[in-house]
Amino acid sequence: MAEEANTLRQLPGLDQDNTPFWTGGARGELMILRCTHCARYIHPPLPHCGRCQTLNPVPVAVSGRGRVKSFTINHQAWVPGMATPFVIAAIELDEQDELYVLSNVTGCAVEDVYSGMPVTVRFEQHGDIFVPLFAPDAGE
Amino acid sequence: MSATEHPERLVSITGVGQSGVGRPMPLSPLKLTVDACVAAIADAGLTPADIDGLATYPGAHNTGDGYSPIGAVETVAALGLQPKWMAASIEGHSHMGSVAMAVHAIASGACRHVLIFRTVAQASARARVHHAGVLGGGDTEARVWGWQQWSVPFGALSTATLFALYAQGYRDKYGLTDEQLGAIAVNGRTMAGLNPNAVYRKPITIEDYLAGRMISTPLRIFDCDAFVDGSTAIVLSRRDIAADLRQPPLDFEALALGMNPIGMGAYVGDFSHMGINDVGEAIWSKTDLKPKDMDFAQLYDGFSIHVLMWLEALQLCGPGEAASFVEGGKRIGLDGELPLNTSGGQLSAGRFHGFGHIYEACLQLWGRAGERQIKDAEVGIVSNGGFGVGAFVLRRRD
Repeated sequence: MAEEANTLRQLPGLDQDNTPFWTGGARGELMILRCTHCARYIHPPLPHCGRCQTLNPVPVAVSGRGRVKSFTINHQAWVPGMATPFVIAAIELDEQDELYVLSNVTGCAVEDVYSGMPVTVRFEQHGDIFVPLFAPDAGE
Repeated sequence: MSATEHPERLVSITGVGQSGVGRPMPLSPLKLTVDACVAAIADAGLTPADIDGLATYPGAHNTGDGYSPIGAVETVAALGLQPKWMAASIEGHSHMGSVAMAVHAIASGACRHVLIFRTVAQASARARVHHAGVLGGGDTEARVWGWQQWSVPFGALSTATLFALYAQGYRDKYGLTDEQLGAIAVNGRTMAGLNPNAVYRKPITIEDYLAGRMISTPLRIFDCDAFVDGSTAIVLSRRDIAADLRQPPLDFEALALGMNPIGMGAYVGDFSHMGINDVGEAIWSKTDLKPKDMDFAQLYDGFSIHVLMWLEALQLCGPGEAASFVEGGKRIGLDGELPLNTSGGQLSAGRFHGFGHIYEACLQLWGRAGERQIKDAEVGIVSNGGFGVGAFVLRRRD
């Protein structure tokens, strides 16, 4: 489901490598590249698996579930009008150790976020781009 | 000269210079650059005509943010140099990359004396535009490309927020306290009080540190370095001719760069370290010296947490032991077992992206550090980065 857009969010330019990640939210899917040979997930997306030297990893929908590996509560307004505080976190996706997606944790008070917190993806729509954000996993 | 596995063993530092430093300075970035370079060349006992190579980090970025307003080409013109070799790169790797490139240029026989400089004008830039220099450029209407797309869309507009993740990761694993982290900032300010060229010289207590406003948890204002205007320059010379110059050569005992992928949006490990242990392993594999032999450590402190991670990566402390090592500040003070960031570091002397640390190491080894001089300093270690990392051990030859 798409959330109300935060208009101060600076958006990415799309190219062939990153489009699945930034647009998969249109279908409610978090898309992560995966090597077709060694099955390793790769993020940020790269058009080649540097570990097994296989070309053309393919984007696959992952569960969208993970845990907060580390986080910070950002208090500084880096640009005029930036609303603070908010949480920036490295989310370790359930699919693979050290498969990290940097994002925000929303849907709870900033002081309630902790390392190890289970979270699940949600998306914030800005036109064609669906920014993956994470919220406390209600299933836990 | 033949090929060698240790090109740094063929190279020495023979001169250093620093311009005036301020927030901001009433001098142009090019004038600051010339001041630093002229001072460094004279310090070595050379003239501009002797300089046959030039290296800088990262090269001119004329975006108005003051990150690197001056490049190699205009410095060559202003100084009237006639180099046979130049290098300027933001990669390859890190702030220490220009030092490594200069070492390789000299060791290969291409150059005899290489001038290296780093100029910043971030204080002037922020006086013009308050949010100059934020990641993504600060224009929320513009799209963000490249590695910054993995942080900027989430409001991570400063490296402070990214290294805060490491500070939190270290805290989660080792139980870092606010007082332990704050010891780095308090130490820096104490040292800066003895450094006339530092920008923040009034001492702070741990209570002052704790009262500082939070930037991005657990990093407070005093955990973040100070943007400045200024320039630092270093002269590297071929070791076999360095002894004929003005002062005792400072020989590179070992130099190593790290090649970890931090800086492209990728993260490795558990955020309790920066993936830079390869630097320490390489350094100590190249020398018979040991961590305990170091008379000082000038360790990169873009943020206070960097220092703890460098202490451990360089094996100056064991894993998880850096926090208790720095607590209270005694062991890292001028009379302590490992005097740390004796210029005040970037937290208090100013953000030169590691070049201030190199400059300070040289002053200490030449006995020119004034009130903050470490008695009988002969050998020390310096680290840089941040995004892209490197370190070296430097020893004075008498």
